[in-house]
Amino acid sequence: MTTAAPLTTTPVSKSETKKLSAAASAKNKLTSPWASLAAVVLAVLWTIPTFGLLISSFRPEMAIKRTGWWTFFSDPEVTLDNYRAVFDDGGINLADFFLNSLVITIPSVVIPLCLASLAAYAFAWMNFPGKNILFIAIFALQIVPLQVTLVPLLQLYVKAGLNNTFWTLWLSHSTFALPLAIYLLHNFIKEVPSSLIEAARIDGAGHVSIFFKVLLPLLTPALAAFGIFQFLWVWNDLLVSLTFAGSPEISPMTVQLSNLSGTRGTAWHLLSAGAFVSIVVPVTVFLLLQRYFVRGLLAGSVKG
Amino acid sequence: MFTTASTTSDKILQMFAAILLFAAAVGVILFAASRVAGKRDRAVAALYLLPTVLMLGVGLLYPGVRTVYQSFFDASLSNFIGLDNYTKIFTDAEQLTVLRNTAFWVLVTPFAATGIGLLYAILVDKARLESFAKALIFLPMSISFVAASVIWKFMYEYRPDQRNVQQIGLVNQVIVWLGGEPVQLLIESPLNTFLLIVVMIWIQAGFAMTVLAAAIKAIPDDIIEAARLDGVGPWGMFRFVTLPAIRPAVVVVMTTIAIGTLKVFDIVQTMTGGRFDTNVIANEFYSQSFRSNDKGLGSALAVVLFVLVIPIVVYNIRQLRRSEA
Repeated sequence: MTTAAPLTTTPVSKSETKKLSAAASAKNKLTSPWASLAAVVLAVLWTIPTFGLLISSFRPEMAIKRTGWWTFFSDPEVTLDNYRAVFDDGGINLADFFLNSLVITIPSVVIPLCLASLAAYAFAWMNFPGKNILFIAIFALQIVPLQVTLVPLLQLYVKAGLNNTFWTLWLSHSTFALPLAIYLLHNFIKEVPSSLIEAARIDGAGHVSIFFKVLLPLLTPALAAFGIFQFLWVWNDLLVSLTFAGSPEISPMTVQLSNLSGTRGTAWHLLSAGAFVSIVVPVTVFLLLQRYFVRGLLAGSVKG
Repeated sequence: MFTTASTTSDKILQMFAAILLFAAAVGVILFAASRVAGKRDRAVAALYLLPTVLMLGVGLLYPGVRTVYQSFFDASLSNFIGLDNYTKIFTDAEQLTVLRNTAFWVLVTPFAATGIGLLYAILVDKARLESFAKALIFLPMSISFVAASVIWKFMYEYRPDQRNVQQIGLVNQVIVWLGGEPVQLLIESPLNTFLLIVVMIWIQAGFAMTVLAAAIKAIPDDIIEAARLDGVGPWGMFRFVTLPAIRPAVVVVMTTIAIGTLKVFDIVQTMTGGRFDTNVIANEFYSQSFRSNDKGLGSALAVVLFVLVIPIVVYNIRQLRRSEA
């Protein structure tokens, strides 16, 4: 290597290329301890807030009020009393609100999925006048903030006598979900090769059997992705529930937790346990269905 | 069936009744479609689109138009007052604070969340335990804003600076450890608004990271290798290779977060209720419409929110067009 002048004009040979890239990656490795350190610092910063509240939810009420949760490690005291307290009848009654959350969420996922599948199929595989304009109009409705609809919707619900029933939430969440659901499912259905549809048609299948026998099995990933997104959206929603379901008989956990934070903002033994009860479901969904979850969340992130 | 359900069995029954009702409606549509099948697409399409068009018309389009109309009326929606509600939003001292805070939110959150998400995506790219490391940052995205607010309210908890009183909020404890005096973090304005913004950044960084990590993975290896052969260092690699390649993804992430931030409600409602000068448009909309019962002003605030979303969406679409061209 002593003869290798810096101004050499000979093309770099293969072995030299290898050396160079090895040198380059060695250089990158030099910076990597710092990169790892930065990544660990960020990860710790991002985890500590949740971790602190999780630890607190298992500490006795008095301990939470008197000392920081970090003292748990020098003086561990563990109790399930806080979780018992939030489920206590006549107290926070979180079990009722948990049920409400479920009752609100399940139809709010199923209804828009059914209706959007029908509409998406019509847009993808049928011809009718005004198709493109209608599709663009529905697509554009995605950007409408929910706030714009809430006051007149409440007036409508009161007029229809649906005020203070689950129907207000089922109908609202289903309606708000339709533009995104139709858009996503349409994109997916459009990708199905038309030869499949043609073959089924030649076999004498009508639109109904094409939809159920050919498309539905292929649609499962898209339905799952949107279903999970919508499930979390509804489960985690506060604004729509607070507007239409203020009364404790039908309001979901988010409303109860938010109220608790406003009225008993220092009752950390209740707030911590309550927060984790409400977190359990979405986190479980996240851990079990991470792949679909990320896909759905990314697709639906503009909603609301 | 259309009443307030109060017992557990009532609730569950009503839930199944609702699902069955819609399933039956779909069944009727499919049955009707099979009757007219073979004739014309037009009739079948009309049937398939009927429930969607009906729901969007009644549940989204009509209320939207109605809100614009109501924004020109007074508190009880009985007297036409022209642009008075809008004048109030842009001149009243309290409303100006709302606008100022909303501006803070929208200017800070997208840049901070995207910056942190991008940094983290680069740091953990191809690292050991990559998916675990990503899950840690992404997890806040899956929980409700309400739960996130409770988590952070606990971080910001304040105890008066007295003997025998220990801080229980980590942030104030760190301040004390560093020799400072504890601060009423959620009451000091304008500090409190930025502390609420931290919660939004904490939630959105995971979203930014996930999208940008996917974009980074999609950069062809030969481009990176070629740059490496040219002796491009880590910073140059980021500046001249990575960043230009993922620019469209960065635009989408920033605009998406900006739109979400503009509509932020849950965090403000749960952490401060909009008090102590932390109010934002979406929360003020809720307070005016449903607490103070000034439905005219509430409607005007909703319209302002809508109008503010539009330029962000337009920018997003134009950038996407440009990157496709």
